[in-house]
Amino acid sequence: MHQLAYALTYVGIVIFVVGVVRRVVAYKNNPMHLRWELYPVAHEGGGRAAYGGGYLEEVDWWNKPRETSRVREFLVMFQEIFFIKALWEHNRFLWLVSFPFHLGLYLIIGLVMLTLFGAGALLAGMQADSGLMALVAGTSTIVAPIAFGLSLLGALGLLLRRLGDSELRKYSSFEHYFNLVLFIVVMGVALATWASVDRTLEMARGFIAGWVVLDFKAPDSSLFMLQAVLAVFTLAYIPFTHMSHFFMKYFLYHDIRWEDKPNVNAPEINKQIGEVLNYEPTWSASHIAIPGKKTWADIALFNPAAEPEEDNKTEK
Amino acid sequence: MNDPKQSDTAKDHKQVSIGDIGKNSEQLTTVKADDLMPLPGDVDFGDKDFEPLPDSTKEKYACILDDVNVLQIPMPKSRAEEEALVNKFLDGMRKLFDKQSNWTFLSMLETTMENCAKCNTCSDACHLFQASGHNEMYRPLFRSEIFRRIYKKYVKKEPFARWRSGDVELNWRTVARLGELAYRCNVCRRCAQTCPIGVDNALISREIRKIFSQEMGITVPELHERGSMLQLKVGSSTGMTKKAVIDAVEFIDEDFSEETGYKFKTPWDVKGADILLIHNAGEILSWPDNIAAFSIIFQAAGLSWTLSSDLAGYDNINYGVFYDDVQTARTALLHAQAAKNLGVKKIVFGECGHAHKALTVIADRILPPGLQIPRESCFPLLRDIVLSGKIKFDPERNNFPVTMHDPCNVTRLMGIIKPQRDIVHKLCPQFREMNPHGAHNYCCGGGSGFAVMSRSNITQWRCMVAGRKKFEQILNAFEDCRGPDVPKYVAAPCSNCKGQIRDLIAYYELREKEKLTYAGLVELIVNAMVDVKPGFIKWEDAM
Repeated sequence: MHQLAYALTYVGIVIFVVGVVRRVVAYKNNPMHLRWELYPVAHEGGGRAAYGGGYLEEVDWWNKPRETSRVREFLVMFQEIFFIKALWEHNRFLWLVSFPFHLGLYLIIGLVMLTLFGAGALLAGMQADSGLMALVAGTSTIVAPIAFGLSLLGALGLLLRRLGDSELRKYSSFEHYFNLVLFIVVMGVALATWASVDRTLEMARGFIAGWVVLDFKAPDSSLFMLQAVLAVFTLAYIPFTHMSHFFMKYFLYHDIRWEDKPNVNAPEINKQIGEVLNYEPTWSASHIAIPGKKTWADIALFNPAAEPEEDNKTEK
Repeated sequence: MNDPKQSDTAKDHKQVSIGDIGKNSEQLTTVKADDLMPLPGDVDFGDKDFEPLPDSTKEKYACILDDVNVLQIPMPKSRAEEEALVNKFLDGMRKLFDKQSNWTFLSMLETTMENCAKCNTCSDACHLFQASGHNEMYRPLFRSEIFRRIYKKYVKKEPFARWRSGDVELNWRTVARLGELAYRCNVCRRCAQTCPIGVDNALISREIRKIFSQEMGITVPELHERGSMLQLKVGSSTGMTKKAVIDAVEFIDEDFSEETGYKFKTPWDVKGADILLIHNAGEILSWPDNIAAFSIIFQAAGLSWTLSSDLAGYDNINYGVFYDDVQTARTALLHAQAAKNLGVKKIVFGECGHAHKALTVIADRILPPGLQIPRESCFPLLRDIVLSGKIKFDPERNNFPVTMHDPCNVTRLMGIIKPQRDIVHKLCPQFREMNPHGAHNYCCGGGSGFAVMSRSNITQWRCMVAGRKKFEQILNAFEDCRGPDVPKYVAAPCSNCKGQIRDLIAYYELREKEKLTYAGLVELIVNAMVDVKPGFIKWEDAM
């Protein structure tokens, strides 16, 4: 039975990776889009980002060096990712439950890293009673319940908010509730596993070490196996839901909201303009579907309302 | 509203749900005067319920959403016509997700479809949702979620879409109401600004408008036939031909030279000039003082500049940005061609927000290499002129309370915020900000094309609902000098916003009640010029 559980974890990880890659590749394969930036743009330099200004505030901006600040952009992203600043500013009540939920998830990611490190150290021959492993175990013992607990409380709060707020309930589908219940179950099982059989996450490190070297030892606890399978199922499921925003948010911010790169004789942009203007749209409205005009360039250069020059030829 | 029965009724008409969108009812919802967001102070501004639309309009067009009819969707007369409406809409929606047909916005649209968490954070950012007293129809998520559910179920055909994303009834009523709903949004994108994920539910409004225009051939006449098509035909949505526009500007030159005591001449078609200035031609007809002010300032600053009389070269409007990508591209190409024909070094836009964005930002990835003439806003240039010392000013001439409306296209969508402030801080001793302002401003209520619509009861809707938040902001900005004794000035440096604020002032009789007037930014600059006779701003004539 435990072999099946191991197999499921492999399948789950593969599905997760494929799901993420598929979505990112699909996005990146889209053609160039029009600029659609929204201010404040975080990387604007010269103190402009603070009040929402941008480089277009300069006369002859195309002749001037762009002042940008990657540090500021990083700081804004950091605040947005780790503190969900937009929610804090615009939807404080939801932030009270969303923030612990997400903070718990970030701690879990950290915990997974730590567990992977511990598993690697074990495989490298480090003794389980060494000082470093004791530190790993000690940290895990403290962080695990906080992480699982925060996410559990957050998911519970989000569920109650969605059920209790008629405005949110109107826009909630079965999937919203399923997702939150799934997280409640996963975090509940993880907390129970920690409390009852794996306080230091030693079992988790052993499982991962076995996972890496294909040594499928049966863990001592069926509760632990349930936790592993549930966790991997959740991981595999995320890229196929709106929760994909955890990685797609990067593109939504960097590639759309803050994508303000102007085309000042940029060969790469001009090449892409050449490509998209040769696309063949199939819109049917009479002002677009012009016989003989196939590409965007043909259609855009055609004036469906043009009059003979007579009216516009009058002397000045 | 103290009667519980009445309260329940009011609540019902506001609380529509997605499940109602295809309902067989004459009208889905309504906005009553009693529902509206209260205005500051205890002045009764006399808001009234909407009168029912005339039967002739209802017979002709599908007026089944609320009290207003913007998009003229022909009323289907048979089952076959009903089905055709639905099928055509679905065809258009499929094309929105096809890179050949919609490369322009595909990335934004797909990410908005897939990543929205339905957290409702965007709702309170919407001035329409707030102003309407939280009528569900105006919630940004209401419109976008109907669209999203149709997409997932009928276009993407996502397995278990009904459970995953929620169900929606799709029939001709759904399509007709969704089309109208796309015109209950100013596409100001304030909702998108607040989204923690980066989703843009305002974009959905524009994409729905595109389906109707680009696929179904159903458009708003003020934007299409009398807007972008008229501009492509004669050069301007005002209907002014080359000869008419030159005559009009010559008349403005003569008239204002005499009135201001400052002799100036607006140059036309100067080959090799540094700057091609493109105005919104609506200014020439409605606000000639704005045209004169630009000419006076540019001449006084000694700039090398010109206007163009080429097709569309004298009207910077690009109504395509409100509803149609192809019309956007066609108009942008004409503007750039006009600049190329004159061999100017750059294009500068007059006070017109959407024109700023259309040619500077949107067209940045439409114009082919030969037409990529540099383009910039008038505001940084005006700021540099005002601060340069080339022109002498007397700020005391502007010593009256002034506030400034930030056009969304210029501020939130282009990040041009400080230059206007540098000017008013130097020239207007009693300047005060609206709250919020800059990138976080509220739309005037005329955005995305509404400012040019006054058909039927659209003006009432624009003033009572769409412009209500702006109205509140204006009243709050002048909190310390309310009433008819102190003259007050709203600077609205955008032609469409200015038109909307003009209508707000007229609708609520604010000239009489508040001694409020409005105009652009350049009028304030010229009003403070020492070389110009005092009194460029005319408090009595501004309507």
